[in-house]
Amino acid sequence: MSDPRPVEKGTSALGKRVPFPLTEEQRARELRPLKRRGFMNSSMAQLTLVRFREFIREPEAVFWTFVFPILLAAGLGIAFRQRGPDKIRVGVIGTAPTSASVIASLKKDSTLVVESYDDSSGAKALRTGKVALLVAPTSSNDSVRYVYDRGRSDAVNARVVVDRAVQVGAGRADPVRATDAYVTEKGSRYIDFLIPGLLGMNLMGSSIWGLGFAIVTARSKKLLKRLMATPMSRVQYLLSFLASRLVFLILEIFTLLGFGHWAFGVPLRGSLGTLLLICLLAAISFGGLGLLSASRARTTEAVSGIMNFIMLPMWIFSGVFFSSSNFPTVVQPFIKVLPLTAVNDALRANMLEGVSFAAVLPQMIIILTWGVVTFFAALKLFRWR
Amino acid sequence: MATSVEHPTAALKVQGLRKAYDDVIAVDGLDLEVESGECFGLLGPNGAGKTTTIEICEGLLSPDAGSVEVLGRRWETDTKELRELLGIQLQDTQLSEKLTVDETLTLFQSFYRDARDVGDVIDTVELGEKRSSRVGTLSGGQKQRLAVACALVGNPQLLFLDEPTTGLDPQSRRQLWDLISRFQAEGKTIVLTTHYMEEAERLCDRVAIVDHGHIIALGSPRELTESLDISHLPPPEPRKTTATLEDVFVSLTGRTLRDE
Ligand SMILES: Nc1ncnc2c1ncn2[C@@H]1O[C@H](COP(=O)(O)OP(=O)(O)OP(=O)(O)O)[C@@H](O)[C@H]1O
Ligand SMILES: [Mg+2]
Repeated sequence: MSDPRPVEKGTSALGKRVPFPLTEEQRARELRPLKRRGFMNSSMAQLTLVRFREFIREPEAVFWTFVFPILLAAGLGIAFRQRGPDKIRVGVIGTAPTSASVIASLKKDSTLVVESYDDSSGAKALRTGKVALLVAPTSSNDSVRYVYDRGRSDAVNARVVVDRAVQVGAGRADPVRATDAYVTEKGSRYIDFLIPGLLGMNLMGSSIWGLGFAIVTARSKKLLKRLMATPMSRVQYLLSFLASRLVFLILEIFTLLGFGHWAFGVPLRGSLGTLLLICLLAAISFGGLGLLSASRARTTEAVSGIMNFIMLPMWIFSGVFFSSSNFPTVVQPFIKVLPLTAVNDALRANMLEGVSFAAVLPQMIIILTWGVVTFFAALKLFRWR
Repeated sequence: MATSVEHPTAALKVQGLRKAYDDVIAVDGLDLEVESGECFGLLGPNGAGKTTTIEICEGLLSPDAGSVEVLGRRWETDTKELRELLGIQLQDTQLSEKLTVDETLTLFQSFYRDARDVGDVIDTVELGEKRSSRVGTLSGGQKQRLAVACALVGNPQLLFLDEPTTGLDPQSRRQLWDLISRFQAEGKTIVLTTHYMEEAERLCDRVAIVDHGHIIALGSPRELTESLDISHLPPPEPRKTTATLEDVFVSLTGRTLRDE
């Protein structure tokens, strides 16, 4: 077609033509101040509400954020609870003439659990770890033989305890009289170590998963593109994730710490304000990481891979379940600058040692730096459609 | 900006538009002018470049070359203003499944300075009964109507609809036609794509047939059908007395599939 201009209009009757650039109506409408809306109908509130609704209508997300950490804390807390000193199980070969008197001596020590075996079943009990040590009395009264694995510390310990019981039973008198005073320090138990670590891990997980998944889902369904076609503010869109995170953050902190405190007496020695500040900073900082993970990915599979790649090293190195000091000294500087290490260290220092705000400042700076760097990197890389 | 003009001005003016993807030139030198108050249809086989063209006009894609002027404004300088003035329905958006119809529209409404009432818009697309249903539970056609409602809730001056009636039952389709006519009666402009020739004939003042990224025919449906010499049509078409828009379409774009 050489001339694409129309010759006549279509069949349907048209109303008045509206001249552009501006009609009176448009001009009036552009001069009109922003229509008054209640706070709940503002775009920021609506976006945040949407985050809320999407979260609570996803039962899995609620489970992983609130229920799972508590189950984990309960399980590990019970498995590693203090039960007083462990009993030492030892076996005695009962066929020797002096066996009865050795057994009598051992039974006087309350930390020992004594069982009698014949030669072959005794060897088997030792081999399978049912007993830590096997006592083989000889026919003479003044000698006894201990069979045990020198590489096992519980066996070596059993050797010491058993030998003392045997010697005392045979009439040894200790030149120095010793008495014991037992203490259990709240704050030094495994559960005390664990709860701050779980809190840190949870803050990381829910920020990164919460942002990463929601954003990439919106992108892959072209919802992000649709939103970009409205006057919605991009900053508000991103802020809405943080805003809803903050509300859930408070809930997360209270459920997990409340549970730890109520069920196990985990101490909260530091200032609660500092604790909240650490958590807030952590949530925002991990939010930056979540944003960064989500900035380019087009599919939820891709973003899952990225998020696991980011989080897995921190689950291992940052001292969630066991202290990061277990790793070699050369890697310690790298471990220390990981955001989760900083969060966990700061949480433990606050909760268990009750240190001041100033004492956790170095960690706070690490956390903040991660947040700022990842946030701006994410903004730079972000694929809005 | 007080240059108020007597004769109708273009609501949409596209010149020399080009957009290439890695393996294909989606839009290849496309010129288009849509007058304000007009209902304009973009027709064309699958992959012709309709969606790409529309999305460039909507400011969602940037063209490799060419210029776009929407309601007298340009995307480079007036993005914020244009976003307020346009209503957009994309070909393949999935709205959040966990929100209800009402919540979805309230969200979209909150973005606009001068929005329409959510209840009104729900009534307009006849989703009243589904108002508090989750989007995930809606049927395909109901989702499509919700997408149109999202386009309307910002009280737009110009409506872009990309295949709005695909997947709708006859009742819903007619209801959407009504809705479009009423929108047009307010003096506002519509640009839509469709694969239904009957729909284009009924609804559009003018249509453009797009193929391989450029316009191969333009005019009112009547002009196009009258311009076709039906005696040249291959059988069985000659038994008709007048050509339909579909005849025009097929004779211009050929009979082979475009998606192979
Ligand atoms: N993101 C993309 N990447 C690569 N190629 C693309 C992309 N989007 C579209 N195309 C290609 O551009 C061409 C035009 O696509 P477009 O979606 O504009 O067609 P359409 O006319 O809307 O088709 P339909 O009627 O099927 O919706 C097609 O060949 C398509 O494969
Ligand atoms: Mg298309």
